[in-house]
Amino acid sequence: MPLDLEQVKRIAHLARIEISQAEAAQTQDQLNDIFGLIERMRAVDTEGIAPMSHAQDLMLRLREDAVTESDQHPLFQSVAPQVEGGLYLVPKVIE
Amino acid sequence: MEWEVVIGLEIHAQLSTASKMFSGASTEFGAVPNAQACAVDIALPGVLPVANSGAVERALRFGLAVNGNNADNISRRSIFARKNYFYPDLPKGYQISQYELPIINGGTISIVLKDGQKTIHLTRAHLEEDAGKSLHEDFHGMSGIDLNRAGTPLLEIVSEPDMRSAEEAVAYAKAVHSLVRWIDICDGNMQEGSFRCDANVSVRRPGEPLGTRREIKNLNSFRFLQQAIDYEAKWQIETLQDGGTIHQATVLFDPDSGETRAMRSKEDAHDYRYFPDPDLLPLVVTEEWIERVKGGLLELPQAKRERYARDYGLSVYDAGLLTQSRETTVYFEDMVGQLGTEAAKVCANWVSGDLAAALNRDNLDIAQSPVPSAQLAGLVARIRDNTLSGKMAREVFDAMWRGEAASADELIEKKGLKQISDSGALEAIVDQVIAANPKSVEEYRAGKEKAFNALVGQAMKATRGKGNPAQINEILKKKLAG
Amino acid sequence: MINASLKELSAALAAKNISSVELTRIYLERIERLNGELNAFITVDPGKSLALAGQADARIARGEHAPLTGIPVAHKDIYCTKGWLTTCGSRMLANFESPYDAHVIGRFGAAGAVILGKTNMDEFAMGSSNETSFYGPVKNPWDRAFVPGGSSGGSACAVAARLAPAATATDTGGSIRQPAALTGITGLKPTYGVVSRYGMIAFASSLDQGGPMGKSAEDVAMLLDVMAGFDPRDSTSLEREGEDYTRDLDRPWEGASAGRPLQGLRIGVPKEHFGEGLSSDVGRAIEAALAQFEELGAKRVAISLPNSGLSVPAYYVIAPAEASSNLSRFDGVRYGYRAPEYRDLLDMYCKTRSQGFGAEVKRRILIGTYVLSHGYYDAYYLKAQRVRRLIAQDFVEAFKKCDVVMGPTSPTVAFRIGAKTSDPVQMYLSDIYTIPANLAGLPGMSVPCGFGENELPVGLHIVGNYFSEARMLAVAHHYQRATDWHRRAPAGVL
Repeated sequence: MPLDLEQVKRIAHLARIEISQAEAAQTQDQLNDIFGLIERMRAVDTEGIAPMSHAQDLMLRLREDAVTESDQHPLFQSVAPQVEGGLYLVPKVIE
Repeated sequence: MEWEVVIGLEIHAQLSTASKMFSGASTEFGAVPNAQACAVDIALPGVLPVANSGAVERALRFGLAVNGNNADNISRRSIFARKNYFYPDLPKGYQISQYELPIINGGTISIVLKDGQKTIHLTRAHLEEDAGKSLHEDFHGMSGIDLNRAGTPLLEIVSEPDMRSAEEAVAYAKAVHSLVRWIDICDGNMQEGSFRCDANVSVRRPGEPLGTRREIKNLNSFRFLQQAIDYEAKWQIETLQDGGTIHQATVLFDPDSGETRAMRSKEDAHDYRYFPDPDLLPLVVTEEWIERVKGGLLELPQAKRERYARDYGLSVYDAGLLTQSRETTVYFEDMVGQLGTEAAKVCANWVSGDLAAALNRDNLDIAQSPVPSAQLAGLVARIRDNTLSGKMAREVFDAMWRGEAASADELIEKKGLKQISDSGALEAIVDQVIAANPKSVEEYRAGKEKAFNALVGQAMKATRGKGNPAQINEILKKKLAG
Repeated sequence: MINASLKELSAALAAKNISSVELTRIYLERIERLNGELNAFITVDPGKSLALAGQADARIARGEHAPLTGIPVAHKDIYCTKGWLTTCGSRMLANFESPYDAHVIGRFGAAGAVILGKTNMDEFAMGSSNETSFYGPVKNPWDRAFVPGGSSGGSACAVAARLAPAATATDTGGSIRQPAALTGITGLKPTYGVVSRYGMIAFASSLDQGGPMGKSAEDVAMLLDVMAGFDPRDSTSLEREGEDYTRDLDRPWEGASAGRPLQGLRIGVPKEHFGEGLSSDVGRAIEAALAQFEELGAKRVAISLPNSGLSVPAYYVIAPAEASSNLSRFDGVRYGYRAPEYRDLLDMYCKTRSQGFGAEVKRRILIGTYVLSHGYYDAYYLKAQRVRRLIAQDFVEAFKKCDVVMGPTSPTVAFRIGAKTSDPVQMYLSDIYTIPANLAGLPGMSVPCGFGENELPVGLHIVGNYFSEARMLAVAHHYQRATDWHRRAPAGVL
C-alpha cells in the first residue's frame, strides 16, 4: 500500500520533523521504494508464529528498591540549551 | 425524559517506593528542581531503564486486595510498552507504561452509599512512570521544566464505566484512596499529586448505548472531582438537548470558574504508537512471590466491614465510615477491645461522629488525635454506666480535646459533672415539679404532648442539667399516669 | 610497532620496552598525519590521551597492569565518554560532551587502556558506508575513492590504516562485520546481551550490540575479555560467568590434532548466501577460504536458511520502529542541538529535529513512525516480529547440523563513495548476510579472507550459536595461523 503525500506529512508531524512540500514529495518516493522492499515480507504466512520482540527469551531482571543516585543536575545541565534556576527552559507550554 | 450519567475513573496512584520506577533516583517530594532527576530520568543518550521490584510488589498487593486475596487477576507475564508522544516534561519522548498486557486484570471495589453498597468493577491496573512538571510561571515568555517527578512509579487504576453520579464517583475514588493507603502502596497525598483522578464522563438515555465520552484530566481533590463531573454532565445534557453533539475530547477543569474546557495541546489526533519496550524483557511474577505478598496482606476494608456488621451489629453505612482508613479501624478496634463488643455501637458513633468532626475541624489525621483511643474509651465507659448524659459527655470530650485533663473521670470530678441517677432523689424532684406546674399537668392529661416536654425541662432545670433524662422521663410518665 | 598484535604490545609495555605515552604518541602522530585524508576520527584530544597513557605507565610501574593496560583504543563515537565530545556522527549531538561513561568505556578505563579518540560513524549508526555522518564520509584506506563500510567505518578505517591498535564498534545490522570485511580487519558482534548497552547511544535496542574490531581474532578475543560482562544497568545484559576468550584460542577442535586442528568442525554453508546478488570475486575468495578450512580438517555441510531473504524487509521495519522511538529524546530541551529560531514549542521541536538530523536518520524515523502508527502496526511491526522468529528458528535448525555457519560478510567488496547514496534500497541490501544474526541475537564475526575487485578486501562471515564466541574466535584463529590475509595492510598508510 503506497503512501500518499498526506500520510507522509502526517507521520512527519507525528515524528516532529519539519518537511517542506518539495521534501515531502521526494520523501514519499523514497519511502515507497523502501516499502516496496518491505512488501515482500507481508506475503509470508506467519500463522501461529509468536512475535519476537527481544533477541532473548528471558524474563525481566528487577532491581531492589534503593536510592543509588545523587544530585548531579549542575553537571547534567551544563550541556543544556537553556536553563534558569535549575529548570530547563522551553517555549511556553500551552495545555 | 431522564438522562443517565455514566462515569469511569482512571486513578493514578504514586507508589510509595524509595526510588523511581526505572532508576535509582529518590522519589522524595519537594527537592530543588531537577536535583532528583538522574541520567536515566533526564534521558541522556545511551541510558537504560531497570525496573524497580518494590513497585511491582506494590502492584501485586493492590491486585490481591481488589480480588479477595485471589491471584487470578494477576498477569504472570506482563509487558512494558512505550507510549510515544512529544511533550517537554516527557524526557524520552515516550512514557514506559503497560498496554496490551497489564500486570492486573480486573478486580472490584465496593463502595458504601447512603442507600446501600455498590460494586465497581476494575478493568485493569498497570505500572507506568510519571512525567515531570511544566512550570508556567513566566520565564521571559518560556516555561520551566522540572524532571524530579519524571520516572516516579505510578499504578494506573482503570475502572469500568460503572458509576452513575458524581457522588458515586467520589465514593469510589475515596474507597480506592483508602485502600491504597490501607495496603501501604501510596501515601494518598492529593496536594502533592500522589493521587490523581481522570474522569471519563458521558450521558445517555437509560437503556441506550453509551454516549461519546469526554475525559476530564488531573482532578486532584474529591471536591473538584465532584464539581467537574457535575458541570461536565450538565454541559453534555444541555448540549444534547440543544440538538448539539458531543465530540470525544480531553478537557481540563478550572476550579476558579468551575467549568471544563478542551485542552489545546491535545487537539492532535492521538497516535501513541505503543509497542513493547525493547529495553525491558517481559515482567514475570512467580507463584512464590505472589504467596509471599499474600502472606503479608492485612485484613482488607471489605472484610472488616463485613466483620463489623456481623460481630458488632453495625449498619453497613456505619461500618463503611469506620473502614475509610486503616488508622480509624485501629482506633475503633482499640476502644472495642477495652470496652467489649456490646460497646461497639456507641464507640462507632463517637469515632464517626464527634471525633471525626473535631478532627475534620482541626484538619488532623486520626493518628494525630489529641484524644487517644484509651481516653475516648474511658469517656464512653462513663456514658454506658450512666454517669454522663450525652450532653455532658460532649462537654467532657471538648475539654479533653483542649487538653484540660487526661481522663474522663478526672474531668467529671473537676467539673462536678456527675449525672444524677439516684431514683429516690429524682422522684423527689419530679414530685416537686408536678406540684409546682399544675397547668402543664392538666394540659398533658388533656392530651397535649408538648406539656410533657415542658415538665421534663423543668425537672432537668431543677437538677441543674445533671439528671439522667431517660430516668426523669420514665419517672414522670409513671407519676402522671398514676 | 604499528603492525604488532595486542599480545605483543602488551608484552612490550609490561617489559617496559616502550611506554604507553610513547606508544600513544606514535598513534597520535599517525592520526595527525593521516586523519585529514581518511576522516576516521571525529575527536582526538592528545592532552587527554597522553594523560591517560601517563596513568597507565604509572600503573605498569607499580606492577598492577592488566593485559590492555597502556594500549590505546579508539572508540566509536556512539559510546558516551565522560568529558569527551560524543556526537554519534550527528549535528544533533555536535556539542554534546557526555557527563558520564558508557559501561564499555568504564571497562576499558578499569583495564588501564588509553582512549585514543572517538571515531567517525554513520549518523546514529544508520548506514552501511559511513556516508551519512555529519562529519563527512570516511575513506577506505585501501583505496580512498571507496567507502570503508558502515556504520563503524571510522573504527574499521582506524584499525586498517593502523591509526589505532584496536577499536570498539557496534553492530545493529552488520555495522561491525561489514566495515571489518570492507577494510580487511577482524570484527566480532557478540551474542545479544554479552556486552552492556549502557551508554551506547541506542539505534535499535533489540538489535544493537557492542563489539570489538582488531587486526586478528586473537586481538579481538583480548578486547572482548574487557568488553563482555554483566552490567546491572542494562536490563538485557546477561548474568553469566565471566569467560576468558583468549584461553582456548590455540586449542584444537575436540578430538582434532595439532596438524589438522579443525578436524571434526562442521561448517554450515547456507545456499541462500551464495545465490543471486553475490558478486563473483567475493564468491571466489569465500570458496578459497572454505577450502582452506577443509585443509584444516573441517567439513562442509550444506544447510538452508530458508527465510533469510526476509531478513532485510523485517529489519527495515523493526530497526526503524525502535529507532523512531529511541531518537525522540533528541528534542532540543535537555542537551544537544536546538534550532536557533522558532515560533513556539511545536516549531522548536520540528525545526530542531529537522535541522539536527540528517536525511537517512529522518527517513528511518519516518519509516518507523509509520509502521508503528494506528492501523499499520499489525501489518508491519507485528508481522516483522513474526518473521523475525522464523529467521531465528532457521538458525536453530541449522545448528542441529553444523557448529558454525560460514559465508560472505558482504555481497560485494567496498563500493565507490557516492555510488549508492541516492538509492537507499541498494544500500540496505549490502547488509543482507549480516542482518539475520542481529535478528536472531546470534554472535557473528568477519575475518579477512582475500581480495576481490579493485584489490579490495573480502571478509568471511562466521555465525556461531548463542555464547559460542570463544569457539568462533578459536576457529578464526586457526584459520589466521594458516593464512596471512589479516596481516595485510593497505600500502598507502605505512
